[in-house]
Amino acid sequence: MHKEKEVLLSLRDVKTYFPIKAGVIKRVVGHVKAVDGITINIYRGETIGLVGESGCGKTTLGKSILQLVESSAGEMFYDFDGEMKDLKKLSKSELNDARKKLQIVFQDPHSSLNPSFSIFGSLQEPLKKFGVKSKAEREKIIGDLLEAVNLRREYMYRYPHEFSGGQRQRIGIARALCVNPELIVCDEAVSALDVSIQAQVLKLMQKIKEERNLTYIFITHDLSVVEYISDRIAVMYLGRIVELAYAEDLYAHTKHPYTRALLSAIPVADLDKKSKRIILEGDVPSPVNPPSGCPFHPRCPEAIERCKTDVPTLVEYETNGRTHYASCHLLEKE
Amino acid sequence: MENTVVKKKRTKLDRKMDKIKALEESGALKKQKKVNRYLRKFMNNKLAVAGVIVFVIILIACFAAPLFTKYDPGTIDVLNRLQPPTKEHILGTDKLGRDVFTRLLYGGQVSIVVGLGSALGAAFIGVTLGCYAGYKGGLLDNLIMRVSELMMSFPRIILVLLLVTIVGQSLSNLLIIFICTGWASMYRMARAQMLSLREEEYVQALKAFGINDFVIAFKHMLPNALGPISVNITLSTAMFILQETALSYLGLGVPLDISTWGNILNAAQDLRILKESYWMWLPVGLTISLFVLSVNFIGDGLRDSTDPTQQG
Amino acid sequence: MNKDVVLSVKNLKTFFYTNQRCNKAVNGVSFDIKRGKTLCIVGESGCGKSVTATSIMRLLPKLSRIEEGSIVYHSDNGDIRLDQLKKNGKNMRKIRGSEIAMIFQDPMTSLNPVYTVGFQIIENLKNHNKMSKREAKEEATRLLRDMGIPLPEQRVDEYPHQYSGGMRQRAMIAMAMSCSPKVLIADEPTTALDVTIQAQIFELMDKLKKENDTAVMMITHDMGVVAEMADDVAVMYMGNVVENGSVDQVLRNPAHPYTKALLDSIPVLGCGKDQVIEPIRGVTPDPFDRPIGCQFGPRCDYYTEKCETMPDEITVDGHMVRCWHYKEVLKDA
Repeated sequence: MHKEKEVLLSLRDVKTYFPIKAGVIKRVVGHVKAVDGITINIYRGETIGLVGESGCGKTTLGKSILQLVESSAGEMFYDFDGEMKDLKKLSKSELNDARKKLQIVFQDPHSSLNPSFSIFGSLQEPLKKFGVKSKAEREKIIGDLLEAVNLRREYMYRYPHEFSGGQRQRIGIARALCVNPELIVCDEAVSALDVSIQAQVLKLMQKIKEERNLTYIFITHDLSVVEYISDRIAVMYLGRIVELAYAEDLYAHTKHPYTRALLSAIPVADLDKKSKRIILEGDVPSPVNPPSGCPFHPRCPEAIERCKTDVPTLVEYETNGRTHYASCHLLEKE
Repeated sequence: MENTVVKKKRTKLDRKMDKIKALEESGALKKQKKVNRYLRKFMNNKLAVAGVIVFVIILIACFAAPLFTKYDPGTIDVLNRLQPPTKEHILGTDKLGRDVFTRLLYGGQVSIVVGLGSALGAAFIGVTLGCYAGYKGGLLDNLIMRVSELMMSFPRIILVLLLVTIVGQSLSNLLIIFICTGWASMYRMARAQMLSLREEEYVQALKAFGINDFVIAFKHMLPNALGPISVNITLSTAMFILQETALSYLGLGVPLDISTWGNILNAAQDLRILKESYWMWLPVGLTISLFVLSVNFIGDGLRDSTDPTQQG
Repeated sequence: MNKDVVLSVKNLKTFFYTNQRCNKAVNGVSFDIKRGKTLCIVGESGCGKSVTATSIMRLLPKLSRIEEGSIVYHSDNGDIRLDQLKKNGKNMRKIRGSEIAMIFQDPMTSLNPVYTVGFQIIENLKNHNKMSKREAKEEATRLLRDMGIPLPEQRVDEYPHQYSGGMRQRAMIAMAMSCSPKVLIADEPTTALDVTIQAQIFELMDKLKKENDTAVMMITHDMGVVAEMADDVAVMYMGNVVENGSVDQVLRNPAHPYTKALLDSIPVLGCGKDQVIEPIRGVTPDPFDRPIGCQFGPRCDYYTEKCETMPDEITVDGHMVRCWHYKEVLKDA
């Protein structure tokens, strides 16, 4: 856990809607509400996990923060040397500066590196852009980065197809570290790897985080992994956060019915830990036509009348002296 | 239930696999130099290799023409016109007494240059536009798409004829016209490649660093699209040669005093020549067919060998 | 012969011959699939588990073949050696789809997008049974309903793109179960699905197994799935089964260093941040540059010179392990 709670990134009601166009003149007929009102403070030095199933908007949120996808509403304040500025309203030079501070590691080790370029060729591009003029200097920096991810310096002259999935993922991490970022969004960074390689990469990421005082936003669908690596965890459903708590509290004192169902659905690799499964009816809904009221109510085993009409808000509770947010009408009665 | 080797009929494929297994187990294959996989697959394609051989033969014969013939393609010798093949003129002479074999070789130079030049020119314009527009999308892409659709929906021959009558017949004019009518399909193909590459994660990573769009599109994405593009260039070359032939046969292509394969065929418009002087059109026709076929085989071979889904 | 065993695989070897090299993808694998029980084959990428499944179904690609070994299917009409049948002969095609069925990993691509779901199920039914089109359609509707698909009369005429991922997988299972197969092979059936949908599919497969007494062979890389679904487990590494036994035996008392290392490297839900996960040191060897003897040797903490000979299959009480040092491994647990 972090010593002082210094807010690094503050999201206020962020929404990202994608227009759906139809017809010959491509009229906008509706919206895919990928991210539908996210408000959260991310503190410097923490690892915050974003979990949810497909369609919950976690990847879109990650990309919106990085400004790779344009968000439709809301504000994203980032701490630039003490001053909180809205990432969406930055000038060109400020945005350039922001690109150094916020970086991303991707999921698919097969497409995350350009197959036509050597590792040196791929990694030197951002260095060139941010002013490292001499080739020798770039070689030194890239060599250092490769060693930081437990790969040999000489590997920089090889091509991506000569590396395994786990190695490529480590190169992806080295690439993100090129510009000395403060915040790294890890978008399913270990999901495509074999389980034993996942452990290697997770440990590496923890080591790097401590060495460089980084902040991670760890996006994944794998709750076992996120429990291991995160300080706090936000559970997303249909573009909203339904629960946000410290890792231990989320597992031991779950508040939201969706989180409960999600946790019980995960197959656990321990014969003694089998618990009664809560099987949710129906399919994961699509963000094109979210249900009225609470987005989870059609599948919720505990839904009441109010859930069909009123949208619940994220309310702050307390567990073990720590903050624990949840958005559920059933809790408000307490 | 014995654990013996299955005793079935050994097919040819089985024997090939046995050979590989034996080599592998003896450790010979590990030490083998890593031949480029694409090259090996290409070499295994008999048609493609045959295509390369024929292509190279014709290419050398045409561009090293002085080595193979002592005549000049323009030398008129009216006394010896319409001679059938003799020792002096191995493919006979044409209406003006010019040696057909010489015209064939020198004509090949022009035809191949027109074909290749047009293909490369069209590719240059089409790929440049397709690369950037495909990556950026939006209004620019829409605009160029509509223009390309317009160009492609016109019957090409008519468009070419129209332009020829407007700007006049000359070798360079023909090249320009071919390029102007031919860029559209290259554009669409390059654009399609870009659309699929745009979603690759390394492109997203470059965007996350704020790298310039031109640099991303041309330096980082284009090299990955070159495979299908180069296949397309070889196949376009064949197509442009045939186009030039057709036009010159009609007398509307390259001016008749320059020898090209099409121009030689032009004489065959006359039914009498067609019936009585086979040496004037048959060898040229065969050469064109062989050349175009060989280019097509090479193009197919390239496409098959660079296709990752094909086993080899 | 044990009446409960429906399919026995003995010393199966399948080699691939692509790129002019010989890849010994499966190099001596033996296991039994029992009636009414689930055998989970677990291993990481490259271990040969999918190849084992396609070898049983005789669906191997052109440049590969079964080198040695036997695959015996104990059918109602006697024992049939699947490895000796002609790959696309009448006999194999009769068995494939009706007596031994397979479901694949990616529900997005395993259904043909240009035909309705009903058409594809009916095709399988009519191929193996004498039915009229109307009877087959009724049967297809019934199957969809049994698989938990709502409004099956309407759904049977819809196209795969109108189904969600979970529903597509159910449709695949419906197709596979349409002729009441004796053996169901599932190749990572839920890897591409969300966790809550995965739970639904597992519940469905469990129900089917119990109702139809089907023998299930499930391929997975997820130890959690093994703990939830398996009755028996076979752990594969680089083309060999290194450990085989009941799920209690293998998960509680792993006897092979690889199984033990694998279990130690996975974060377990509910154990919190302080759990110790230890990555397996080293990397999976290049299949063309294999170690001599035991394939796990270079990465193993128990390696000695003896390991340069491939260990035999040692079986104690139905728990098989391929390791010379299994006693030490069991002691260290």
